[in-house]
Amino acid sequence: MTARAIELCRLYKAFNGNQVLQGLDLAIEAGEILTILGGSGTGKSVLLKLIIGLLKPDAGQVLVEGEDIVPLQEEELLKVRRKVGMLFQGAALFDSLSVKENVAFPLREHTRMTEAEIRDRVAEVLALVGMSGVEEKLPSELSGGMRKRVGLARAVALTPRIVLYDEPTTGLDPRNVDKINELITDLRAKLHVTSVVVTHDIQSALRISDRVALISEGRIAETGTPAEITQAEHSAVQEFLAGHL
Amino acid sequence: MKATGFPQGLFLVLGGRATELLGQLGDVALLTGRTFYYALKPPYELRPLLQQMDHIGVKSLSICGIAAVFTGLVLALQTSYGLARFGAKAYVGIVVSLSMVRELGPVLTALLVGGRVGSGITAEIGAMKVTEQIDAMRALGANYIKKLVVPRVLSTMLVLPLLTVLADVLGIMGGMIISQYEFHVESHLYMNTIWRNLRLADLLSGLGKTVVFGFLIGIVGCYNGLEVSGGTEGIGRATTATVVTSAILVLISDFFLTKFFWWLEILV
Ligand SMILES: Nc1ncnc2c1ncn2[C@@H]1O[C@H](COP(=O)(O)OP(=O)(O)O)[C@@H](O)[C@H]1O
Ligand SMILES: [Mg+2]
Repeated sequence: MTARAIELCRLYKAFNGNQVLQGLDLAIEAGEILTILGGSGTGKSVLLKLIIGLLKPDAGQVLVEGEDIVPLQEEELLKVRRKVGMLFQGAALFDSLSVKENVAFPLREHTRMTEAEIRDRVAEVLALVGMSGVEEKLPSELSGGMRKRVGLARAVALTPRIVLYDEPTTGLDPRNVDKINELITDLRAKLHVTSVVVTHDIQSALRISDRVALISEGRIAETGTPAEITQAEHSAVQEFLAGHL
Repeated sequence: MKATGFPQGLFLVLGGRATELLGQLGDVALLTGRTFYYALKPPYELRPLLQQMDHIGVKSLSICGIAAVFTGLVLALQTSYGLARFGAKAYVGIVVSLSMVRELGPVLTALLVGGRVGSGITAEIGAMKVTEQIDAMRALGANYIKKLVVPRVLSTMLVLPLLTVLADVLGIMGGMIISQYEFHVESHLYMNTIWRNLRLADLLSGLGKTVVFGFLIGIVGCYNGLEVSGGTEGIGRATTATVVTSAILVLISDFFLTKFFWWLEILV
């Protein structure tokens, strides 16, 4: 079965006259890891926020598992968001809550689990990201890489079917970059999730993705497998690579 | 922008400012509507509200107390000098208490709380905004108005009257000390004129105002925090805006509220 997990059709989005997305089309297959490459300010974060309904497009459709989420009200979006987990760029952990309460947050909002069940589930997902035993720490006591892993644990606490990663490796040292990349492929293997990664880290993109897409001037300029992209005679991604390094 | 002649340029700027202001007023009204909607909609979460009240109360207690005592001291000094000219300094108690309870207690407390608590709310929510914690909250299925805005607005509305009662008491005490030691008005005489002449309506009109002031401080603090964009400098600008806006709103609304409560007292 190759149902589309996400389909973006002719998306337009502008902020105060600044056209960010200009008729972007993209289809993401269930179960794949798709990386969207692009320079900073090209609208990568905006794209992810459109998929999870945090922003509304000016025009176009956002289909999540076949349902157009654009006309949905905030309350109706809740059941869509249950299916989609997001790792924010700076992890966006709640400063005032412990690691345990951060990971428990979606469980408390969406389920009627008992305290004991919540404790077990929190321990389980923290183990999944290799962060067992930090339950009582505050986010400020963690390093950047650890925070991202806790953010990931929080994003997958409700076993979503789609996980969005906003620049998961940016600002991390090489060891943590490897660890996060491993986690992304691991989670796909263990939870069979569809993964959408946005980044400007080309090396990571080529390593972990089934397909890579390049965003440029508000549209997807090119998509292809890592092999297709590295072997092509001429590709927009290679240009991006050349301009980037 | 191209240079325009004197009146046109001025009108362009004023027109631009006016439309911007109207837009903001609309946004604040929308936020207000949503805040009350979610405040009334179950489930009611008491714990965050109590936490906020505790936080705000503790933060404001000492500054409000000190301000109130010194206001009482000054008020007694000034009025006693004035009243002594008519040989009426025995009435210092009622003058001080009326000024304190009806006007200075509520307004001074609101100005100080607006400066300290209002800007604190803006800084806290603004930091959550720029670090995407508000987006994360929504993404995880929570309503940020119910979680963040409602407890802050309600707690400023509830704490301000309490702080004001404290300010009233401390101000009157301050006045009593000055009257006794500077003007030899015995404290029992000072208190007597208050018990005989101060009415419940005086106290209630003062406290009634503070509920509105508390609402204004809370909603302005939250609105400015939620509107923060552009990183850390944005937070600094927003907190300043909260201090200025809440002070001005308190002073302007004070006039209308005073009118309103006089009218109400005549009516009842
Ligand atoms: N909420 C917003 N309000 C105004 N402008 C925004 C907002 N979010 C993003 N933008 C603008 O949209 C453009 C793309 O932003 P973003 O998606 O964050 O870029 P990136 O690809 O680096 O993640 C930027 O120019 C940014 O200033
Ligand atoms: Mg971004």
